Amino acid sequence: MLLKKNEMTELINSQYPIHMNKQDADYLDQLESEAIYILREVAGQFEKPALLFSGGKDSITLVRLAEKAFRPGKFPFPLVHIDTGHNFPETITYRDEMINRINEKLIVGYVQDSIDQGKVIEQKGKNASRNSLQTSTLLDTIAAHGFDACIGGARRDEEKARAKERIFSVRDEFGQWDPKRQRPELWNIYNGRIHKGENVRVFPISNWTELDVWNYIRREKISLPSIYFAHSREVITRNGQIMAAADHLNMDHLDVVSSKKVRFRTVGDMTCTAAIESEADQIDDIIEEIKASKISERGARMDDKVSEAAMEDRKKGGYF
Amino acid sequence: MDLLKFFTAGSVDDGKSTLIGRLLYDSESILADQLEALQRSNRKNDDGTIDLAILTDGLKAEREQGITIDVAYKYFQTEKRKFIIADTPGHIQYTRNMVTGASNSNLAIILVDARKGVVEQTMRHSFIVSLLELKHVVVCINKMDMVNFDQTVFDQIRSAYSAIASQLNLHDVTYIPVSALKGDNVVNKSMNMNWFQGKSLLDHLESVSLTEDINLDQARMPVQWVVRPQTDELHDYRGYAGRVLSGTFKVNDRVVIMPSGSRSVISKIETFENEIENANTGMSATIHLMDNVDVSRGDLIVGEKNLPKNSNLIEADLCWMDSQPLDIGLTYLIQHNSKVSKCRIQEILYQVNINTLEKLSPHVFNLNEIGRVVLKTAGNLTFDLYQENKSNGGAILIDSRTNLTVAALMFRAVAD
Repeated sequence: MLLKKNEMTELINSQYPIHMNKQDADYLDQLESEAIYILREVAGQFEKPALLFSGGKDSITLVRLAEKAFRPGKFPFPLVHIDTGHNFPETITYRDEMINRINEKLIVGYVQDSIDQGKVIEQKGKNASRNSLQTSTLLDTIAAHGFDACIGGARRDEEKARAKERIFSVRDEFGQWDPKRQRPELWNIYNGRIHKGENVRVFPISNWTELDVWNYIRREKISLPSIYFAHSREVITRNGQIMAAADHLNMDHLDVVSSKKVRFRTVGDMTCTAAIESEADQIDDIIEEIKASKISERGARMDDKVSEAAMEDRKKGGYF
Repeated sequence: MDLLKFFTAGSVDDGKSTLIGRLLYDSESILADQLEALQRSNRKNDDGTIDLAILTDGLKAEREQGITIDVAYKYFQTEKRKFIIADTPGHIQYTRNMVTGASNSNLAIILVDARKGVVEQTMRHSFIVSLLELKHVVVCINKMDMVNFDQTVFDQIRSAYSAIASQLNLHDVTYIPVSALKGDNVVNKSMNMNWFQGKSLLDHLESVSLTEDINLDQARMPVQWVVRPQTDELHDYRGYAGRVLSGTFKVNDRVVIMPSGSRSVISKIETFENEIENANTGMSATIHLMDNVDVSRGDLIVGEKNLPKNSNLIEADLCWMDSQPLDIGLTYLIQHNSKVSKCRIQEILYQVNINTLEKLSPHVFNLNEIGRVVLKTAGNLTFDLYQENKSNGGAILIDSRTNLTVAALMFRAVAD
C-alpha cells in the first residue's frame, strides 16, 4: 500500500524530530561533496552506468546524493535491484514508493529466474540462503544490459577487505576483483578506462562510516524502510542471532517463535540478516544506540562469520 | 567538526601498524566483534597482550606474508575531529603506494625507531612527503620503551631530523616520543617521559589547524557534467556542475572558460534545491552563466583574476607506478581532473635516488622511480603549479593499451 505524501511527511517528522546540530555540518558537507563529485565522474566517464539499489540505508543515501548531483535533470542511469525473493516485504514497499516519488527507471533482476533457468542451485537445509546466488543474477543483469559501471553503497569501514578497495574498482568479465591489480588512486582523479567486457564498481560513500550515514540521513530527513526502526516482530533465535520468523528460513520444531521488540541494522535477505533487540524507534535513539554499540554493523551478517577471509573471497568472486 | 586525512609512513619493523592499532584501541574506536576477532587470532605479543597490528592488516596475502602491501583506509572519530588514515607500507618496493596515500592526505606521520634513529627510509619517506607537498609532518620517535624513555635519544634524533626537514623544505614539523606498544604519548600522555612538554599524538592530530592550507586566491572549477533537463518548464536550463577545487565563486563574478578563453558572468549558483551566493573550495555546485557560451565536460571555469597556466609543454615531477617501464616512444593519456588528453614524455631531465636525494643521470623510469620530465600534450592544458595549488597541479598518466594508471605527475613549471 502506498502512503500518501502527507502521511509520509507525518511519519518522517515523527521519526526525525530534531534537526542536526551545527557541529556535524563540516565533515558531512565534505563527504557529501566528494560523493557528488564521484557520481558526476561516473556520468561523465561511462556510457552505460547503473546504480545498484538494495533497499538498504546506504543505497538509499546514494539515491539522495544522485538527486543532489543531477537535479533538476534526470539521473543519467537506471536503478538496478537484485531481488532474491527473500527480501523483507517492507523493503519492497519502500522501493516501490521511492521509485514512484523520484520518477526514475528501475530494473529488477530476479534470483528466482536464475534458479528457474538452472544457472544456480538453491541451497538446501535449515541455513539455506540465497545470498550467495545473487552474484550470478547480478552478473547476468549487468551483461544483459551492457552496464559498464555499477554504483554501489559499500563503505570501507565495513570490513577489512573493503578498507583496501578503490573508489573505482575494476572487475574483469567474470565480475572478479583482483586485489593485487588495483590501480593507484591519486588525489581526486578517477581512472575509469576499461576494456570491452570489463566493468567498474564505483563506491561514492567509501569514506563514510556507519555513523556518518546515519547522521546524514538525520540531517537530510531521508525516509527509510520501517524495519530500521524498533518494532514488535515474530522472531526466532538461531546460532545466537535473532532472525525474523519467515517461511524462507525453513523453520522446524526446534525454532521457537516469540515476539520481541527489534530493529535491523542492515537490510539484506531475511535468511541472513539478524535483528537486534532495541527500543530505538526514532533516528536520534538509533544514533545514540550506534554510538554506544558493542557490535559493528557486519557483525549482524551471518555470511561474514564463515571465515576471517569470507568477504575477500566473495568479492573476488564478483559479489558486490 | 572537521575532517583530517593523514598518512603513515614507516615499516612493519617500526611498529607502524601497532601505532595505528593503538590509536584506534585507546580512542575506543574498535568495536566488540572486531576485538573478538582480534582475540581469536593467535598472533600475540611476547608478553601475551593482543597484537594491535592485526587491526590494519587487510588482505589474505598480507596476513600470510605479515606485511602491508596496499593502501588501507581506516576511520575514527573523536569529540573534536573525524579522521581518515591512509595506512601505507614503507618498503622501497611500495613507494607508489606511499605516493598514493600521501596524495590523499593533509598530514604525514613519519615513524623513526628510537634505537636506530634517522635511517635511509626516513629520508625516503620524508622525500615523498615533500614531493607531494604535505603541509604538516609529525615525526613519531617510537619504541621509547626500548631506550629507557631517555630524553637524550629523543633530542639527538630530533636534531638529526631537523637537518632533513630544512633540506626538504618541510616547515611544520612536530616531534613526539612514543611507545606504540605500551601506549605512551599516543592517546594518553606518558607517565614515563615527564621531560616531554608537548602534546600526545592524538591531541596534536585533534588540534592541527588546517584553515591556512586552503588556496583562496585561485578560483577553479572543472566542469564535470552539464545539467540540461530539456523539459517544457525548464527548456532553457543549462547548469555547469562540478566541484570547486580552490578559491571561491560568487554570483556576479566575472569568469573565464578555459581552454577557449571565452568570458562570462555567473548568474546563479545552485546546490540541489538551494540557491547560494558563494561556492567555496571543496563544494560541489552547479554554476549558471549570463551568456550562452560553449562549455562542456573537461573545461575549466576560473576566476578572472589569477588565471592558470596554459601550455602544452610542462615540466613535471613523475613517480612511475607500473611494472612495465616507461616507453619514451609511446603516446600515453594524461588525465588532469576531468580532462583526458594525449601526451608524450618529451624529455627525461633527471632521476632522484630517493634514499639519498642524489640526482641521477636520466634513464628510463622503472616501477617506483621518481624524477623530473618534460611533457608534451596534444593541445594546451590549463593548470596550476603543484606547489601553489595541489588540486589543479596534479595529474595521472594512463597506458592506453592496458588502461592502467602508470604514473603520478606533479606540475612544476611551464617548459620553454
